[in-house]
This record gives sequence, C-alpha cells and structure tokens, in this order.
Amino acid sequence: MLRYLVRRVLYAFPILIGVNIITFALFFVVNTPDDMARMQLGVKRVTPEAIENWKRDREYDRPLLWNADAEGIGRIRDTIFWNHSIRLFSFDFGRAESDGREIGHEILARMGPSFAIALPVFLVGLATYVSFALVMALFRATTLDLFGVVLCVVAMAISSMFYIIGGQFLVSKLWNLVPISGYASGLGAWRFMILPVLVGLVSNFGEAGRWYRTIFLEEIQKEYVRTARAKGLSEWRILVHHVLRNALIPILTGVVAVIPLLFLGSLVMESFFGIPGLGSYTIDAIGAQDFTVVRSMVFLGSLLYIVGLILTDLSYTLVDPRIRLQ
Amino acid sequence: MLPFRPVVLGTDLLVFAMMACVLAFAIYTMRREHLRAPWRKVAGSATGMVAATVLAVFVTVGILDSLHFQRALPPGSAAEGSHYAPDVLSVLDVATGSLRTRSEKTFSAPFAAYGHAKETLNEVDGTQSRAQPRLRHGGAHLRDPAREHHADIRSRVAWGVALAGMLWVLVASLIIGIAAARRGRRFAQVSGAVWQGRHETPLRAVLLTLAVLLIVFVPLATLSHVYHVLGTDKVGQDVFYLALKSIRTALVIGTATTLVMLPFALTLGIAAGYFRGWVDDVVQYLYTTLSSIPGVLLIAAAVLMMQVYMDTRPDRFQSVVHRADFRLICLCVILGVTSWTGLCRLLRGETMKLRELEYVQAAQAFGIGPWRIMLRHVLPNVLHIVIITTVLNFSGLVLAEAVLSYVGVGVDPAMNSFGTMINAARLEMAREPVVWWSLAAAFAFQLLLVLSANLFADAVRDALDPRVQATLMRNAGWGRFVARIARGQAPR
Repeated sequence: MLRYLVRRVLYAFPILIGVNIITFALFFVVNTPDDMARMQLGVKRVTPEAIENWKRDREYDRPLLWNADAEGIGRIRDTIFWNHSIRLFSFDFGRAESDGREIGHEILARMGPSFAIALPVFLVGLATYVSFALVMALFRATTLDLFGVVLCVVAMAISSMFYIIGGQFLVSKLWNLVPISGYASGLGAWRFMILPVLVGLVSNFGEAGRWYRTIFLEEIQKEYVRTARAKGLSEWRILVHHVLRNALIPILTGVVAVIPLLFLGSLVMESFFGIPGLGSYTIDAIGAQDFTVVRSMVFLGSLLYIVGLILTDLSYTLVDPRIRLQ
Repeated sequence: MLPFRPVVLGTDLLVFAMMACVLAFAIYTMRREHLRAPWRKVAGSATGMVAATVLAVFVTVGILDSLHFQRALPPGSAAEGSHYAPDVLSVLDVATGSLRTRSEKTFSAPFAAYGHAKETLNEVDGTQSRAQPRLRHGGAHLRDPAREHHADIRSRVAWGVALAGMLWVLVASLIIGIAAARRGRRFAQVSGAVWQGRHETPLRAVLLTLAVLLIVFVPLATLSHVYHVLGTDKVGQDVFYLALKSIRTALVIGTATTLVMLPFALTLGIAAGYFRGWVDDVVQYLYTTLSSIPGVLLIAAAVLMMQVYMDTRPDRFQSVVHRADFRLICLCVILGVTSWTGLCRLLRGETMKLRELEYVQAAQAFGIGPWRIMLRHVLPNVLHIVIITTVLNFSGLVLAEAVLSYVGVGVDPAMNSFGTMINAARLEMAREPVVWWSLAAAFAFQLLLVLSANLFADAVRDALDPRVQATLMRNAGWGRFVARIARGQAPR
C-alpha cells in the first residue's frame, strides 16, 4: 500500500514536468517576452528602454533555457525556464505582474472563500442528486420517471450563466431575500453564500441527476437484485439496502477525484457573485493579462487534479475490498 | 465585372470541409447495408427526427451565413483601385433584408414603436417635454401608433400565419410525395399512413415540428421588416438579427473543433492501441499530462497567448471581420488541441480489443503493413465511437462558448455569438425598467439548439451502440470534460 502510494507520487513528477513544459512552450515560444512587454505597455509608442525595464523587473531578461554567460549551475538557474517554471515545484509562485503582490499569499487567502462555496454545493448536491436518482429508479418506466428525465434533459441544455442571472434576478432583485453579490469574512458570510450554493445545486442538477439515474438502473439489472426480489423483499428495501450500497461504489470513487479541485472554485460563479476566491482571481488575471498568475493557476490546477487521481485509487481499496493495490 | 466578389473566410473553409466530410461519410454509409441499418433506426425514432428537423433549420441558417461576398461599388465611385465595398456580407444578410442596417439609437422593446427610455424631446412649438421618442424604424409606417399598433400587429401576424400554413402545405406535400415515389405507392395512401402515424419513419412528428417552426418563425420574419420583433440592444441593433447571426458561430465552434480534434485522437489513439510498447507509453504520457491541466485554464492560457500574437501584429488583418474570423479559428484549434484526450483514450482501448480479433490477425498473416491494417480494418470498426463522441460533444461545445466568452477567452467581441449576447445582456437585468429581451432571445435560441442537439445525440447513440453509453460516461471522457467547462468548473 505504502509502496504503491510512493510510486504514484513519484509518477506524478514527470506529469507535472510535462505540464510545465507545455505551459512554458505556450507562454515563451509562441511569443517572446518582448511581445508580452509591448502588449502590457501598449503596442504603439513604446520605447525599447521601457521594454527592457519591464523585462528586468519581472526577470524576463534572461535566456530561455541555457545561459551561456553564467558560471556552473548558474547556466541553468539564470534562465527563464528555471525562474518561472521549475521554481513552481517549491510552491514559489513569485509576484503577480499586474500589482506585484505575492501570489502564494493570495492563493492561501483565496482558497477559503472558494472552498466555502464549493463544499456545500458538493455535499448537498451529492445528497440531493442521489436521492432524486433513487426516487426515479423506484418509479422507473412510469410517467414520473419520464417527467424527471425530460426535466434533466432540458436542464442540461441551459447554460449555467442563465441559472446565475435568473437566480440573481428572482431571489435578489424581485424577492429581495439575499444580497445580489459580495462576501464577508467569518460567519457573516452565510447571507452571501446561500444564493451561489443554490444556483450551483440547480445548475448541476440535469447532468448529475441523469448520470446517477443511469448508474442505479444499471445496478438494478444485476443478479443479486433478482435474488433479493425472489426472497420477497420490498422494492424500497431492495433499493436502499442493496442497490444504493453497491451503486455508491462508482458514485463515491467518481466524486473523490473532484474533492481537491473544490479549492479552485468556479470561475463564472465567483465572478458573478463577487466572491474573492481563486476562480475570480483567475478571471481577474485573465482580464489583466497577468501571465504569471495564470501560469501558477495552471500548475496548481494540475497538481490538485493529480492528487484527486491518487485519492480515487485509494478510495477504491477502501470501499471495494476486492481491489488490491500493488 | 461581377456585381459581387465571393470572399472565403477561414471559418468558411472549415464549414465547407466539415460539410464535405459529412457528405463523404454519408455516401460511404449509404453503400454499405450494415452501416445503413443503425441510421435507419435513428430515422425511426420520433424524438431523433424531430431534433434533426430543428437542427436542419439551424444548419441551413448557418450555411447561408457562411457564404460571404463583397458587393461591387457603383461605377465611378471606385476609390483607389478597389471596385468592391469593404464590408463583407453573407447571404443571410441579404436574405434578412434591411435587418442589419435598421438600427435604433438604443434599447427598444419587442414590437415597440417608441423607445424604451424617456428622452427630452423638442416639440414643434419650441417647448421641451420628457417622453419616449418614436423609433427610427420600428413601427415607422404607423401614423398613430396608439390607435393602429395592436390592429397592425394582429393583421400582420394573421398574414404571417396564413403564409406559414401555405408554406407548410407545400413542404408537407413535397415530403410525402417523395416518400410515396420512393415506395412506389399512391400519394393519398402515404399521406393517410403518415397522418395515422403508421409510416415507417415518424413523418407525422417531423411535419408537426415543421408546422410549429413555420408558425413561429414566418410571422416573426414578415413582421421583422417593420418592427424589431425581439427588440433592440444597447447600441440599437436588432436582437433578432443578432440571434440569427449567433447561430453560425455556435455551429462553427461545435463542428470545427471536432474537425481539428479528430486527426490527433484518431492517429494517436489507434496507433497507441495497435503498436503498444513505447508508442503506447508516449501517447499515454501525452494525454495524461494534457488532461491533468484544468481545461478552462489551459484554454485561457492558450487564448491569452494568441491575443498577444494578434495584438502585436495588428497590420496582418484586413478588417474587423477577418480579425474576428482568425480568432474564431484559433479558438477552435485551441479547443480541439486541448480536448482530444478523452476520445483518444476510448479509441486506444477499443483498438487494443480489435487487434486481437481474427480478421486483424489474418491481415497480419497475409503480410499487410500496420498502417494499412489500421486504415482498412481498425478505423472502420471504431467509427461508431467517433460519431457518438462527435454528436455528444457538439452541445457541450456550444455551451462552453458562452462561458469562455464571458471569461474573456472566447470569440472576438466584434463577433456575434450567444456568449457575447449573454455577456452584454447580463447587466441589463439590473436596469429599471428591466431589459429582458436580449437575454430571452439568447436563451431561447441557445436552448432550442442545444436541446435538439442533445436529443439527436441520444438517438444516434442509442442506435449506433447502446453499450457505449456506459463506457463513455464512465471514462470521464471528452463529453464530461467539455460539459464541466460549460458549467464553468474545472473538469474532472
């Protein structure tokens, strides 16, 4: 078990290096740092000195991969690749290009609000969708089931932005129940959290409800359900005691991968509701064309994704004793 | 000199290429009975055919909007050697008449004859008053809107519905006539069968859908010449026109991305599954790495870099249209290059199964080269997976476009799309009185497109391979990837 874990963690390194190479190629090979400087300083009427200054302040004035002028280890370390890509491995993200703030601090401070919205959406959502799918499975092939499927299919066809705009309009503007957007630290945040959580629940409903229903229906066709029926168990008892337990294996292992990514938050939701999380941080960085922040978020995102994959493998052994990791 | 000069934009080429692909595939399928059978099943499903009818209308609008040209300038006015007007028009622009140019000053409600907001008006006698101004074009033919407005709309709607009815009878008899001729039966016989729902293809559902579409859109189209049927937006553009123009963008994103993605997924997936060994290792490493980067972030990073490239070379683009078009192509390429991993994984798994089968081993024993085997024996047998993923992902891409445009990494702001419409309209709901029509129009058009695409995709999937459903969903494949982006979250 431990050996497997160590091997998985070691296996993550080549992938992260690959991610870094991809982002590095994307950011520095397609465009030179001069292009970026010109972009930031305004394309027209920019002096070469201003470009040089901009590059020096942000440590872009070095060779890309190999510094022939430097001595010894400096040949590799005094390069853009080392300073802007390899350093990410020690969580040294550097400073933002637009406002010069420490990116590491910002990320730590903004993880909280993102998580505060994403966790309730995740937990309440899981419970809601699973119970909805369970009811649909109980009434399968009836009008109620058909109605539920139609509801899911229509809900899937609506862009998440409409749920947000509609929710804000109905709940905040017409009914005046909660503030339209904003955030407060500490316990006062609950007033700002209700609407985003509600909208998050509704906007995922179609896809998740339909998916869980498929899982339940697949499980119901298995042999052990027939045995349980032959024993004379009631349909509800079969569903809750047998089907639900077995269906939870694919459901739980499927959602474990998402848990680390909850920290990243949702781009659109956070920017619509003005939540100071990592999602709105990324959107602001994209708007301000802050390449360092975007690069850091790419690294963080893939790191969390890989952590999610490892957690998935672990969760398999926990919920399904037939699977052994070696 | 021709009265117009055709202009082929980059995305037009992609649209034509996609059409050529679909056509080639249709011909290939028509000649083989075992491939035709599942499509006959699609044709037999009522929801599938209804969805296909709606999609066909959308695709027609999109193709009309992809035929671009420049008008010739009147002789004598040709300046600096150019004989053609600088603005690039499409056939749709001509078909919708003056809809493109009839813009107001600012917001106006659907069917309105007066502006939405009050303005200070100079009366004839020199005094000033605050009132809603008459619109320049909307209801301009009315002498006294207060009295004539409703009666005018009513009579025009009645005319439109009558026209729709006539059109429907025409189209319906054409379809039934073709169906009758193909089976060699009498017209009355077939129409009776269709009406009672006994015909083998659910033509009744198709004809009813056509009836609904015609009754809604023909009156809208006839009324749009004298009113702004869906209102006008902040800068006074007709929302109905904007919504029609957005259809092409959605279709291009949904199809061209697949066109870009397919070569990667097909070659890498099949090669990895067939060769195994180091090829498999490299491909697996590639797709694990790519798919571990959260989709929106990778797309955002790539689009940012494309923006830098475009902004530092402004002289490369002839006009705003060319610039917006280049950006749309880039977006499709970026979406395609970042999203081939899911399909690649599926194809690799399927190829690994296929290469152990007898007919592949027989081909190997005959000494046929690996590339030929992959092309002749493996590729045709994984095509159903390709088709299912393609249609399943179309709607996800249409939804993703809106979100990407909101994030600021979508289409060019000058390009009409559902994303730009929603983006511009989202602050209008906070106005007093509420401006709801832009958002409602974007909502209705996008919902109709995505819903019919989803239903069609379901019908295709059920017909082509019911087993794939579970695998596709389990594998956290491309569909889920795109769907997660569409919801604005990091993909699983």
